[in-house]
Amino acid sequence: MKEKKLDQIISKYGADPSEIMGILLDIQEQEKYLSKSALYYLAEKIDLPLTRIYKMATFYEVLNLKPTGRNQIHVCTGTACYVRGADAILNKLEQKLSIKSGEVTPDLNYGLKTVNCLGACALGPVVLVNGECFGNMSALKIETMLKAVQSSEKK
Amino acid sequence: MQRLTSVQELEKTSKTILEQRKKFCLTVCLGTGCHANAGGAVYEALKKEIILHGLTEEIELKATGCRGFCEQGPIVVIYPGEICYCRVKVKDIADIIKKTVLENTIIEELIYQDPVTGEKISRESEIPFYKNQSRIILGKNRLINPQDIRDYLAQGGYRSLAKALTGMAPEQVIAVIKKANLRGRGGGGFPAGIKWETTRRASAKKKYVVVNADEGDPGAYMDRSLLEGNPHLIIEGLSIGAYAIGADEGFIYLRQEYPLALENLSVAIKQAEECGLLGKNILGTSFNFRVTIKRGAGAFVSGESSALMSAIEGKVGEPRPKHINTALSGINSKPSNLNNVETWANVPVIIEKGADWYTDIGNANNKGTKIFSLVGKVNNTGLIEVPMGITIRKIIFDLGGGIPAGKKFKAVQTGGPSGGCLPVDYLDTPVDFDHLKELGSMMGSGGMIVMDEDNCMVDVAKYFMLFLKEESCGKCVSCREGTERMYEILEAITQGQGRDEDISLLEELAWVMENTSLCALGRTASNPVLSTLKYFRDEYEAHIREKRCPAKVCKALIQYSIDAEKCNSCGRCQKMCLEEAIVGEKGFPLRIDVQKCTRCGVCREACRFEAITIIS
Repeated sequence: MKEKKLDQIISKYGADPSEIMGILLDIQEQEKYLSKSALYYLAEKIDLPLTRIYKMATFYEVLNLKPTGRNQIHVCTGTACYVRGADAILNKLEQKLSIKSGEVTPDLNYGLKTVNCLGACALGPVVLVNGECFGNMSALKIETMLKAVQSSEKK
Repeated sequence: MQRLTSVQELEKTSKTILEQRKKFCLTVCLGTGCHANAGGAVYEALKKEIILHGLTEEIELKATGCRGFCEQGPIVVIYPGEICYCRVKVKDIADIIKKTVLENTIIEELIYQDPVTGEKISRESEIPFYKNQSRIILGKNRLINPQDIRDYLAQGGYRSLAKALTGMAPEQVIAVIKKANLRGRGGGGFPAGIKWETTRRASAKKKYVVVNADEGDPGAYMDRSLLEGNPHLIIEGLSIGAYAIGADEGFIYLRQEYPLALENLSVAIKQAEECGLLGKNILGTSFNFRVTIKRGAGAFVSGESSALMSAIEGKVGEPRPKHINTALSGINSKPSNLNNVETWANVPVIIEKGADWYTDIGNANNKGTKIFSLVGKVNNTGLIEVPMGITIRKIIFDLGGGIPAGKKFKAVQTGGPSGGCLPVDYLDTPVDFDHLKELGSMMGSGGMIVMDEDNCMVDVAKYFMLFLKEESCGKCVSCREGTERMYEILEAITQGQGRDEDISLLEELAWVMENTSLCALGRTASNPVLSTLKYFRDEYEAHIREKRCPAKVCKALIQYSIDAEKCNSCGRCQKMCLEEAIVGEKGFPLRIDVQKCTRCGVCREACRFEAITIIS
């Protein structure tokens, strides 16, 4: 990430160390993950020990220290989705993409993650692809969902 | 919007907004559920159709927040007449404008039909799902575009704040909240008035008020719908609290998974500031108050009050010992009063209608309503708001419409990962803070997950333990190791490797965790295990002694097989199976190669003849 962009984010929060979470989330929004160089730069700019920043980055589930896939697939494994078979959907996606939850395909095309609850419980099981919500999923519907993702990519 | 500098100006503005209303109002629910069901496309199509007919002067089109009946989404309601259309598709739009708006006729196919009686109902409030509720908090969502403060003002918004600021002393506000016996809706059930009083009496110049919007309980989305659908209600409640407590600064700690809530709250705060309802000299009084949103990033434990306050300070959201309560020493060691979203949302209603009105709702020690997310294996999934003390049976069978596909009810899980599962014998239990706790569960923030005969209770306990072991912050050994070990034992049981002594070992671990963990996460982590052991011990025993999963869920203990008589060898399952585990030739019944089968269940879903069965 360019230093100029980092500076913009940091100044948006007035370089306030108590705003560290907002800053990290904004960096991740633009860069998709938190790169080592960005964290080093940030530590210096807001005068916070790198260990503190690293502790934050590893504590919170949402923050990534590794590059993530271009297409982000989140399988909701909240209770409502779980009792309606979220497990089978996760297994199917792992099988189809040949990766485990938390991993990224070697071509960086897909990243697969579980999420504890998306708050769309009435539609369970739910899968979120690049922010778009697919409700009442079944292992069979995974195929059509992935095709929809592929075709929207081509456009 | 102009800046409102007095109560009179506020009242005048509300009146003017109401007078300027158009003849028709069409509302489209764009809550999460309806949105995921292509509600956005329905909204756009309506917009186009209205322009096409040149009706923009007569029809007001409104995108509202969640109405709760997610199962029937996308929902479009037409006023006057309150005509409710369910599961609306883009192709229905032209008809809705032509027939209902222009010709004043109801489209029969789009209105709700009661699955039991077959009766067709056009008025939204007459639908049994709504009729049996008391929607004093959530009900306002249906008439409000959350991104437009004028809608909230038209509904009498900010009048409670005005009433408190100009007609009540801070102590009086607290007295009303105490008299109303408003108990914390986040799950703890602690009386909000007493908490407020503690912070008010603390001797410090700087005090904070906080909204806990880190709704982390899996299976619960009540707060989300309030934040997204009616953000001003929460801001107003928080402002009243700040006035009563003597705080001039407030925080909303919002979980990152709710982007729409962030957007709507940000817009709402900005609009309230422009109108002079937040900021300096609110409504011309000497009360100053500002609100900032802080974002969380997916840590369940950060919803604990002391952890949440650490997170607001920019530290890792871990709980800290509460020798001194956060009400006295919270954010930056200043007195900080934290309440959950729904608790704050109750405040304007109580101030408006008074404590006596409020205490008429509910039972002896549990006043007011509670919003539940009724989900899982139930027909009418969605959000419901009911008086406290209503029975579980009423919720699941009257409002929820029972269990789908003729299956049998097995359990209801309340209280999230800290709660428990209650079996059929307890269906007549009143749902409130006290009764559920007595039974080893808890009310929690309002998740209510219904399970049927196809859910394995050992598997459910394992599911919660996996959740908790991942979410344990690791500070206390008993919680960090306890959740890990409990998970290992449960995993072994579901794998068919359970031992007789495992049950007593689970109970022993539960005792240690309960008595030696710092925060509620660790102290209550064993509840899902203990409650399932209490009510479904036979299922544990079947797994351990007979190596059998009665609900046919645990993969190591089941096998898929094809019923040769039902199979017509169409080959559909064969095509779907990624493992090539289905063998046989066309014309003959197919077979499953047990060695290759991963028990993913795709074949069973694909089969049109119900020929694939599970045996355990």
